[in-house]
Amino acid sequence: MSMNTQGRPTSAGASGAASAHPTFTGNKALQIEEALIFEIGRPEVTGVDIPAPKKVKSRLGKLARDEAIGLPGLTEPEVMRHYVRLSQKNYGIDTGLFPLGSCTMKHNARLNEKMARLPGFGDVHPLQPASTVQGALQLIDTLAHYLKELTGMPAVAMSPKAGAHGELCGMMAIKAALEAKGEGHRKIVLVPESAHGTNPATAALIGFEVRSVPANADGTVHVSDVKAALGPEVAAIMLTNPNTCGIFEKEIVEIAKAIHDAGAYFYCDGANFNAIVGKARPGDLGVDAMHINLHKTFSTPHGGGGPGSGPVVLSERLAAFVPYPFVRVGKGYALVEEGGKLEKGEQPFGRMSAFHGQMGMFVRAMAYMLSHGADGMRLASEDAVLNANYIRASLADLMSLPFGNQPCMHEALFDDDWLKNTGVSTLDFAKAMIDEGYHPMTMYFPLVVHGAMLIEPTESESKASLDLFIAALRDLAMAAKRGDVDRFKGAPYHAPRRRLDETRAARTPILRWTKPAPYAEAAE
Amino acid sequence: MATVKYTKDHEYIRIEGDTGTVGISHYAQEQLGDVVFVELPAAGKAVKKGDSAAVVESVKAASDIYSPVSGEVTAANPDLEGAPATVNDDPAGKGWFFKVKIANPAELDELMDEAAYKAFLDTL
Amino acid sequence: MRYLPLTPQDRTDMLAKIGVAAVDDLFANVPKSKLLKGPVNLPKARGELEVERILGAMAAENISASEVPFFVGAGAYKHHVPASVDHLIQRSEFLTSYTPYQPEIAQGTLQYLFEFQTQVAMLTGMEVANASMYDGSTGAAEAVLMAHRVTKRRKAILAGNLHPHYRDTIETLSRMASDELVSLTPNPEDAGADLKAVAAAIDGETSCIVIQTPDVFGNLHDLTAIAKKAQDAGALLIAVVTEVVSLGAVTPPGAMGADIVVAEGQSIGVGLNFGGPYVGLFATKQKYVRQMPGRLCGETVDAEGKRGFVLTLSTREQHIRREKATSNICTNSGLMCLAFTIHMALLGETGLRRLAAVNHANACDLADRLADLDEVEVLNKSFFNEFAIRVPGDAAKVVEKMAKKGVLAGVPGSRLWPKTKGVADVILVANTEVNTDDDRAAFVAALGASI
Repeated sequence: MSMNTQGRPTSAGASGAASAHPTFTGNKALQIEEALIFEIGRPEVTGVDIPAPKKVKSRLGKLARDEAIGLPGLTEPEVMRHYVRLSQKNYGIDTGLFPLGSCTMKHNARLNEKMARLPGFGDVHPLQPASTVQGALQLIDTLAHYLKELTGMPAVAMSPKAGAHGELCGMMAIKAALEAKGEGHRKIVLVPESAHGTNPATAALIGFEVRSVPANADGTVHVSDVKAALGPEVAAIMLTNPNTCGIFEKEIVEIAKAIHDAGAYFYCDGANFNAIVGKARPGDLGVDAMHINLHKTFSTPHGGGGPGSGPVVLSERLAAFVPYPFVRVGKGYALVEEGGKLEKGEQPFGRMSAFHGQMGMFVRAMAYMLSHGADGMRLASEDAVLNANYIRASLADLMSLPFGNQPCMHEALFDDDWLKNTGVSTLDFAKAMIDEGYHPMTMYFPLVVHGAMLIEPTESESKASLDLFIAALRDLAMAAKRGDVDRFKGAPYHAPRRRLDETRAARTPILRWTKPAPYAEAAE
Repeated sequence: MATVKYTKDHEYIRIEGDTGTVGISHYAQEQLGDVVFVELPAAGKAVKKGDSAAVVESVKAASDIYSPVSGEVTAANPDLEGAPATVNDDPAGKGWFFKVKIANPAELDELMDEAAYKAFLDTL
Repeated sequence: MRYLPLTPQDRTDMLAKIGVAAVDDLFANVPKSKLLKGPVNLPKARGELEVERILGAMAAENISASEVPFFVGAGAYKHHVPASVDHLIQRSEFLTSYTPYQPEIAQGTLQYLFEFQTQVAMLTGMEVANASMYDGSTGAAEAVLMAHRVTKRRKAILAGNLHPHYRDTIETLSRMASDELVSLTPNPEDAGADLKAVAAAIDGETSCIVIQTPDVFGNLHDLTAIAKKAQDAGALLIAVVTEVVSLGAVTPPGAMGADIVVAEGQSIGVGLNFGGPYVGLFATKQKYVRQMPGRLCGETVDAEGKRGFVLTLSTREQHIRREKATSNICTNSGLMCLAFTIHMALLGETGLRRLAAVNHANACDLADRLADLDEVEVLNKSFFNEFAIRVPGDAAKVVEKMAKKGVLAGVPGSRLWPKTKGVADVILVANTEVNTDDDRAAFVAALGASI
């Protein structure tokens, strides 16, 4: 009989800081350094086997590409490892609580991914005959119905590709409506100082002149300030509601009325719609146009910065002014494109992009809505607001609230007043959160609050998750107050990278890999 | 000796004869942080007092530089394109932005002198 | 509700901590009369299985590209995507991450964006590329705005053989921004004449000319001469590519002098998706980089001197410059970028060239087979994987008839140019690596039986 009689050491071994034990590879166990594909791949290698082409007479004329392109190829095992390692350097919603204010980082259901990949949605061409895509058009129409019902608005333009694109669509609709009324002279768009940067950028893009409306001490826009700014030249106001300070604009109905009385339109930035889905309808509040970020509110997901999708709901006053194409229901579903027969009142203003919008996102949003239902969407908004207020209430004694300890909507806004004289900045605090395993909150936005920290937990967090997050933030806050500056200034210590030199990146931009010069040349 | 005057937007103008050299104050460069890029006007460009004449960028901010006086731009600092850090290192000296031929010397009277600017900074 | 972790007891405890009696107290700012008393008039929550049934039924109403011989192109192309691509883009850390504003915990996204930018620059033959636009058409509109900034002029000239959706996207934005636009008439017969018309229209006010190659009818263009003509007049050449696989076989616009190259990247890694999401590629010369729209990723080092990546030159963007930004764009097409860059890394130069060669050969094969049909004429002198044919009568009806015979044949001219004369009998026909000999035989048979 033979057996393994040699026991193995089981104690923890000697202690000591990890940094005292650098590794040969630079790797830290599961955290593996990864080279660029240009340093791994080779031009003669490929990870895709394609049979040889038929022998034919070339029709490329004199335009065949003769020069080397320089693209490296990787085999499938190399590709898998490269991207899996890269993924492990990323923080996602599935990693942990992602309290990025204004971004609504809620759970991304995998059912939605599965549905978008059904061949009947994912493998359908936008220019197939309408008779072969009736189900796809039905989905767009059904989603449109849901969006209209949730917002109390009679029309929706589906094609905008993201929130900012939706803003552009809404402002174009307003411009088209003004011109149709012979009021093209209205050139001024009012934008509160607390607005997202996209609002003034969008207005300016199509020739509007942007004028600021002040934010008040309580974090809201007052109807009196709006009235003072209104005049015969004003085309529209762009207002976010709930606003970027996390507060519902309590004079919104009066503001809408004042705008309409002055002959202008009310564009609402729908970035924060997640607070009020199923609780209040923008149409009931007097909004004329609002984009809905499907990737935020309906979780389609963020994907590292896109793709988004930004349908725009429109009031009766703007309903005629939609971009091409749009779905019309009659005998079956038809897609109305340029040159198509228009019905009374339809005055399309042009086209926002090729084809019909972000179908892949539509399917995901539809799956979200069908899953949640009217009851679940309402409850999700309530939970999102409840979670944000729970955080606010649990941190109000340690961190400062710029507008007092009043209820917030789905995000809680703190400023950096409580960090005064600690030597710790909002940025430092955010970086220390990374070491605690959290994605930082939105910081330095909105611009109207000094050192802003905007925390949006979403409805996807359990109470236990919130309690741990609150405990971690309390610990950090107390450390900052007692002068434990090192914990913050050098943070993050435990992330795949320490703080990155953004000044260097901007002063001498390196925006692509270039082949290193051969040694002899480099030495010259 | 050249006279230096300041605006409330933290530009300075150093006056030598009918030419002014425009840059940003030490305080302004500190507020901006590491300057990464400066966009300058071409020589020959006519500017009015208060016009945006240049842009200075740090990593997370972009600011317009308003001309403290009216006149014609006679030169832009050729060194800033390659070395924007000069604005941080020596704002009052090598980090100047552009030179302007002063059209209306009376406009200078509306600007602050060194002492007044210092007092102004204390109010911020 | 399977997505909401709070229990009723949690909610009660949390309300107590907050110090309010009911959740509606948190909605106190909402005017009482506007606060909904109950759920809106939509169906109630459903389980996964029920949702799958509903959406599965809708999906089943559509004919997907893989089910039938499929030749539809005109700006979106059916290509095979390796299984590993879709697996990797669904990794949680990619799928559920945000824009990489916190670079220390987003190096995965940032590194692939840097790799993507490099691949796009190489493909287009340009010096730099950004981290993507929504799609090719919106990228083209952004390119025109960028040319206006660079040249400080406001007049663009669009070639007639530019994809009409791209033309309309640019036209809408130009009209809204009060910029001038010259839009030429499509010319399926003589692609060379289209370029000559563009050249003739260039004047001292022209900011840019926009030319697609392969153009919407599939013709390839040598842009060298017209690039020089435009630049001599102080204007920029914007080259548009809607089939990016062509760059594996055809001289890239960068090598022909283009100032900005805009491409639709859908063909690599991204499915048809009924039109979106896609991924816009945007490349230019180094000297114009500060006028570029969209996100840019750059290389730098961290506090320990290790190589790392960050979003950079962000002062161009809306969140800093606000109304003075180069564009209002905020989102890029992150996940589609990732799909593109993974697929391209798998292909490499060898695979891409092979893929392009197969596409071209298959298209040539179909063109040769069509010689058997006397009444059908191939209009192109040159093409990559798509060409235009003229058929007797109404092309839209022919396409419908062929669809009934189980062949999705292409895009009829009237679908793209409803009001233009001389294109209603034209069909754009695309051939890619997915088409087999049998598919092409089916195409010829169905076409022969439908005219």
